[in-house]
Amino acid sequence: MNMMIAFLGWVDDRFPLTKMWKEHLSEYYAPKNFNFWYYFGSLALVVLVLQIASGIFLTIHYIPDATLNENGIPVAFASVEYIMRGVEWGWFLRYMHSTGASAFFIVVYLHMFRGLMYGSYKKPRELIWLFGMFIYLALMAEAFMGYLLPWGQMSYWGAQVIVNLFASVPFGIGEPLSVWIRGDFVISDATLNRFFAFHVIAVPLVLIMLVAAHIIALHEVGSGNPDGIEIKKNKGADGIPLDGIPFHPYYTVKDIMGVVVFLMGFFAVVFFAPTMFGYFIEVPNFEPANPLKTPDHIAPVWYYTPFYAMLRAVPPMFASQFPGVIVMGAAIVVLFFLPWMDKSPVKSIRYKDLRTKLAMTGFVISFVLLGYFGVVQASPVKTLIAQCGTLVYFGYFLYMPFYSRTEITATRFRTPLVALYTLITFVIIAWWWQDVRVSDVIRSALTIFTLAYTVYFLILPAYSKPAVVKAVPERVTK
Amino acid sequence: MSEDAVDQDKRRFLIALTAGTGAVGAAAMVVPFVKAMSPSARAKAAGAPVEVDFSKLQTGELLVVEWRKKPVWILKRTDKNLSDLASLEDKLTDVNSEVSIQPDYTKNKPRSREDHKNIAVMVGICTHLGCSPKHFPDLAPAGFEDGWVGGFYCACHGSTFDLAGRVYRGVPAPTNLVIPKYKYLNDTTVLIGEDEGTA
Repeated sequence: MNMMIAFLGWVDDRFPLTKMWKEHLSEYYAPKNFNFWYYFGSLALVVLVLQIASGIFLTIHYIPDATLNENGIPVAFASVEYIMRGVEWGWFLRYMHSTGASAFFIVVYLHMFRGLMYGSYKKPRELIWLFGMFIYLALMAEAFMGYLLPWGQMSYWGAQVIVNLFASVPFGIGEPLSVWIRGDFVISDATLNRFFAFHVIAVPLVLIMLVAAHIIALHEVGSGNPDGIEIKKNKGADGIPLDGIPFHPYYTVKDIMGVVVFLMGFFAVVFFAPTMFGYFIEVPNFEPANPLKTPDHIAPVWYYTPFYAMLRAVPPMFASQFPGVIVMGAAIVVLFFLPWMDKSPVKSIRYKDLRTKLAMTGFVISFVLLGYFGVVQASPVKTLIAQCGTLVYFGYFLYMPFYSRTEITATRFRTPLVALYTLITFVIIAWWWQDVRVSDVIRSALTIFTLAYTVYFLILPAYSKPAVVKAVPERVTK
Repeated sequence: MSEDAVDQDKRRFLIALTAGTGAVGAAAMVVPFVKAMSPSARAKAAGAPVEVDFSKLQTGELLVVEWRKKPVWILKRTDKNLSDLASLEDKLTDVNSEVSIQPDYTKNKPRSREDHKNIAVMVGICTHLGCSPKHFPDLAPAGFEDGWVGGFYCACHGSTFDLAGRVYRGVPAPTNLVIPKYKYLNDTTVLIGEDEGTA
């Protein structure tokens, strides 16, 4: 034991090991009222480790090569089959990695939703939110490029469609840009090789650095909590927050419990439903890529589908798909601005008013609905509903400066913004009434809903009824 | 010069000059990295013309061949197909292929070379987001109204094209299907990707 202490002392003289342990674990005081929603941050870290570990072992056997082997099968596709059948426990590594990709998004979406509910993005945690959003972006890029690697039909055509989105940028930029991304005029071996490089080294490095920045920023300002109270404001004589408990052992133990439950579900999928009925690995991806034939129905993997539905919901304008691409991009970019859109003096949804709660409910419903519409084949009715869903999605963010503030005065650009948003709403409604393929009942229902939504979440709060928030208690509850 | 008489202006100037030079050098470093991602010499060179013998192609049938890793369609249209084209004109976005991409010799109603009007040669890639549409010679694709006289349907985003590759109005695809350069070597052989010399 003495030798251990002596050794630790030797290390501490040369590297701040004990200091870091204290700062980030044993003397990092987290609010004592964390609930269920606070599991997902540490779970995301667990999934990241799982992905890196399984990914490293997959690269040992995977070959990024789109040329055909002696059997006429692309080498990359064949190497994945080989991992599945020839490599000991290869199937386990591969299904862990593919399930991990979806698990990552499940966990991250819930983690982000926690942030929305409890105002984790609000001052002084804006940078934590921004780092988190960059993590989310990196994660989307990482998953997209990883999906090309098996070189199956969905890999190929999914990449074809997504890279072609860049080609829709106008002013002669798009086409050269998409060629530059592919490294070829079509998705080819060159594309596969660079996506492999980005997937296994470039993006993971960025991801790890962003995660570090996310956690360092979090530990600098301290964790939020379901009451949205700053525990550092109530410190005891010893300088320790009265409502804080050391992260280790209290939350390490709690999080391990969460990890155990999570892994039970995770491995149930890995063992019993690795493709998750075509949602985690799509069926056409068990066929090698064929540049001459598109599968009958292509859809992105589920975690992209809300954004894909928004892309499809926007009709081409000026003979270009670019407006749809803009809307899809804006759906993600708008999240970055969230800390400055929320004008509420309280953080947690617990103390916000009914209107904010309804706006959030609408946001969740629209996100799930759009996710569904992104999976299924498009139809005129679904397109109209998806357009309405897109409006509700954006309404949650863009109307927030109005419905979240507690007084109506001093709102900059109030009337121009309200006029602009209302005008866009009217254009969309007018567009619906052009489309005779959809029944009047559905169009009327959508019109009434949209008008009511605009009045209740935009016009009323902007001019007459500001939010009334409940009093936030001094100390955390429960 | 004594130690307390530091010329601050000179020092700032030199720091700015050094940092500026360094920044220019660092910025120049971007070029090789960005350029390395462009198509390589090999990718640019790939694209040899493809010779296709379509003597076995029956009327009404579609032959798919690979050219520059893209599907190229050789479609042998019936006389009725050709006469039907005129009836579609008010349903199309770009009837006369004004904004679409094709060689000048195919910028006509059937979008084909004069000497083989019934043969259509097209790149089978939707001008929307690059899926390959499916040939629907007789049956209308699901959701299409009456009056389908044969054409192509892209399952990805629902774009429809007629048998001359002209895009219907109200679908996501903005322009007609692209037509590559091609020429006939004889009555049953076509060279795709090359149109120099006599056709």
